[in-house]
Amino acid sequence: MLDAIFGRLTWDSIILVQAVEQPNINTFITAGAAAMMPVGGVMIVALLTWMKWWKPLFEWLTSVDHKKIGTMYIIFAVIMLFRGVVEGMLMRANQAVGLNGGFLSSDHFNQLFTTHGTNMIFFVAMPFLFGLINIIVPLQIGARDVAFPRLNQISLGLTAAGGFLFMISLMVGEFSTGGWTGYPSFTGRLVNPGVGPDYYILAIAISGIGSTLTGVNFSVTIYKLRTAGMSFMRMPLFTWTALCTSILLIFAMPPLTACCAMLGLDRFLGFHFFTNDMGGNLMNFINLFWMFGHPEVYILILPAFGVMSEISSTFSGKRLYGYTSIVAATMCIAVLSFTVWLHHFFTMGQSATVNAAFGVATMLIAIPTGVKIYDWLATLWGGRIRFTAPMIYLCGFFVLFTIGGLSGVVLASPTLDYQLHNSQFLVAHFHNVIIPGVLFGILAGIHIWFPKIYGFRLMEGLSRITAFLWAIGFILAFMPLYQTGLMGMTRRTVAYEDPALVPWMIVSGIGALILGCAFLSILLTIFVSVLNRKKLMVPIGDPWDGRSLEWATPAPTPEWNFAVLPKVDCRDAFTDAKAKGTAYQPIEKYEDIEMPANTYYGFIIMIMASGLGFGLVWHMWWLAIASLLGAIATAITYAFLPQKQYIIPAAEVREIDEAWRRSAREGRGITRDDEGNEANQGLARPDNITNP
Amino acid sequence: MSFSIRKSLHPGLNLGEDHGDDRLEAETSVFGFWVFMMSDLVTFGMFFAVFATTMPLACCPGPKELFDLGSVAWQTAFLLASSLTSGMAILTLKQEHASRSASTKKLVFWLLVTVLLGCGFLYREISDFIAMAAAGGPPTRSGYLSALWSLVGLHGLHVTGGLIWCLVIVAGIVVRGVDHRWKLTLLRWAVFWHFLDVVWIAIFSFVFLGGLL
Repeated sequence: MLDAIFGRLTWDSIILVQAVEQPNINTFITAGAAAMMPVGGVMIVALLTWMKWWKPLFEWLTSVDHKKIGTMYIIFAVIMLFRGVVEGMLMRANQAVGLNGGFLSSDHFNQLFTTHGTNMIFFVAMPFLFGLINIIVPLQIGARDVAFPRLNQISLGLTAAGGFLFMISLMVGEFSTGGWTGYPSFTGRLVNPGVGPDYYILAIAISGIGSTLTGVNFSVTIYKLRTAGMSFMRMPLFTWTALCTSILLIFAMPPLTACCAMLGLDRFLGFHFFTNDMGGNLMNFINLFWMFGHPEVYILILPAFGVMSEISSTFSGKRLYGYTSIVAATMCIAVLSFTVWLHHFFTMGQSATVNAAFGVATMLIAIPTGVKIYDWLATLWGGRIRFTAPMIYLCGFFVLFTIGGLSGVVLASPTLDYQLHNSQFLVAHFHNVIIPGVLFGILAGIHIWFPKIYGFRLMEGLSRITAFLWAIGFILAFMPLYQTGLMGMTRRTVAYEDPALVPWMIVSGIGALILGCAFLSILLTIFVSVLNRKKLMVPIGDPWDGRSLEWATPAPTPEWNFAVLPKVDCRDAFTDAKAKGTAYQPIEKYEDIEMPANTYYGFIIMIMASGLGFGLVWHMWWLAIASLLGAIATAITYAFLPQKQYIIPAAEVREIDEAWRRSAREGRGITRDDEGNEANQGLARPDNITNP
Repeated sequence: MSFSIRKSLHPGLNLGEDHGDDRLEAETSVFGFWVFMMSDLVTFGMFFAVFATTMPLACCPGPKELFDLGSVAWQTAFLLASSLTSGMAILTLKQEHASRSASTKKLVFWLLVTVLLGCGFLYREISDFIAMAAAGGPPTRSGYLSALWSLVGLHGLHVTGGLIWCLVIVAGIVVRGVDHRWKLTLLRWAVFWHFLDVVWIAIFSFVFLGGLL
């Protein structure tokens, strides 16, 4: 009877119980992490009740406003980043003292690198980028919302459900020990019958479906909802990269869904897709996984490139150099990303010819990427450069990302890869592209677009310190790994025996500590900025002398984005309007605005998807079936319910919009000299320099 | 709103001018569904690719022992005929439902015929699965059988979903009439249903005929 209700969930599956029954450092660490969740949960509930925030919370959770959904993605990502950074620090600490064995058991260490990788890719980098894309793309193309606002909410719900499964594995049961790539047959039923791989499969498959839907939503948004005159070659670069990322999501997520489904069938029903016997072939999993996994790398980096493009032109006060070549390069990268997956397993026994072909294809990607770097450098040339936080990230990116890219070209050579693969050199390489590339892009993007959504800037000084902490922490933590990789240290090593590695590992551990400080510094920056928000207000909405349409709205942007949808007749439309003096001219005619009303759709789907995942992991079949039927019933019910809209009357829009336009016309504005001062109210005045 | 007629065209069968505002939103909605179908096609592609890499093992029955080409031909006939009748339903929608007061009888008729044919397909497919399992070819016997069952089964699951969706639409237009939203839903469902036909033709030629030749 109990088996029918709880499946294979037993009292001993709960991590806290394990810590009591077998007290040692490993169970204490996991129990400490597990305890943080109920403790944190109680604290959050108390805070919500104390501040009477329950109602606003549900207004957010049921919102279909792209700006709110984007914000929720980013909050989710920051929470997960906390976990990811702590895991990284634990691993580095273990290796710093890991001569002849560190303080972690090998099984615990295996779970750490698995969760760290899975988390950072699926629940940090992707939600961060989806958040930025959600917030900025509709504003940049002059739209009121995305093409399918309710679908957008469902995507968020599925991502959160994946995140829930991932987090709950910290409290109940265990996570996979098979790395973020989860190769069978190690993750197969025979070798690993526990719940770990099931958590892994379901967490990434459920959030992966959400990502597919995000890709559909944003490609349609960008194709169909551009405002009048916004032709493709007038789109801001961030929108271009968001389009390429969406296309990649549409084509690259299905292989992940397929390989997770097949591994699931192997594990749950005893199929033979990837088993060692009966005609199974684990190479199929590896091929499918990397057919997703490699485009995924570009799903992450392309929007970061978009942010870098925006920074290089906005923060040097110049038109982007070589717009067309950057667009072409972005598309080239998107296409080439599907032709290189095999370089992740050069050593798995293909013929030399196959390896050579994929090696050459991989090296080709360096060409469009190089084009972009030169274009950004050329954009800076002779510009009105402000060495503020975004520019620090950009310069860090120029130097560090290029090193990471070059080490990628080294790895792309099959002959060298035979030496380097599965060594710390590889770990150094992908952290070297992901931290200075993706993460710097994300953090810089948050810095420049934060005032757009919340109405106040982030503290400039603290943001600069954060940027330097990330850069220095990264250099110390990961540059030594190139060296240890060349010395022969393998990745995912819990212990080693060569004393020559110790100094490098200690430096790397110090770097990890600095990265931890960098994370705290982000939180501190936001906290201090919120406290000082009165001084940092930029109500006119254009604090950086921006160039694209998102800056042509007040800050914070009203829920309808644009009182009247703008018309565009050139690239950098807002800069053009400011030059002609038409940016804040009064508008004759306002119309009623129709916006989609809040809905519980996405929230219910999130609960059902979480229930489905949890039920499957623990073999609680009643829960899985009930959740699945519940999700179907929800979809059918919402097909019958009327799609509610609410109308914002023209008079209300007129009042708010006219007040904003008037204060913009009457204000004096600031030159770029005062960008970081209190004088910055979000109205830009031309500098006294001639643009080359 | 000043949409030109050309601008509101979308892939698939367009409703035409008479439908007024109904057709305007269709551009975004149907286009979005086509994009989703492309993604789904890649999923099928992956299952096809994995199937292509597997071979029947000597231990277990292969295509010759397991496939009943007569039954598969019936399934093909059912599914292709249902695609035709779903097309008739959409033509009825285009020609007769520009005004909201039009009778829904003909539309419902064609949709129910489609459901019936779809059920015929599913019945024969499930019978074949049962027969295959009884003949010693369940999916747990070998990699080849796993790939076969999941490729054909994935298509069958899609068909089941499409049938449930169609019944929901029928219920919807009976309850609420053929309004704007059900029109768009029907257009998307039609894309889905034809898509399943295309996939089935690939399965028929590649899996069944290819296996027996």
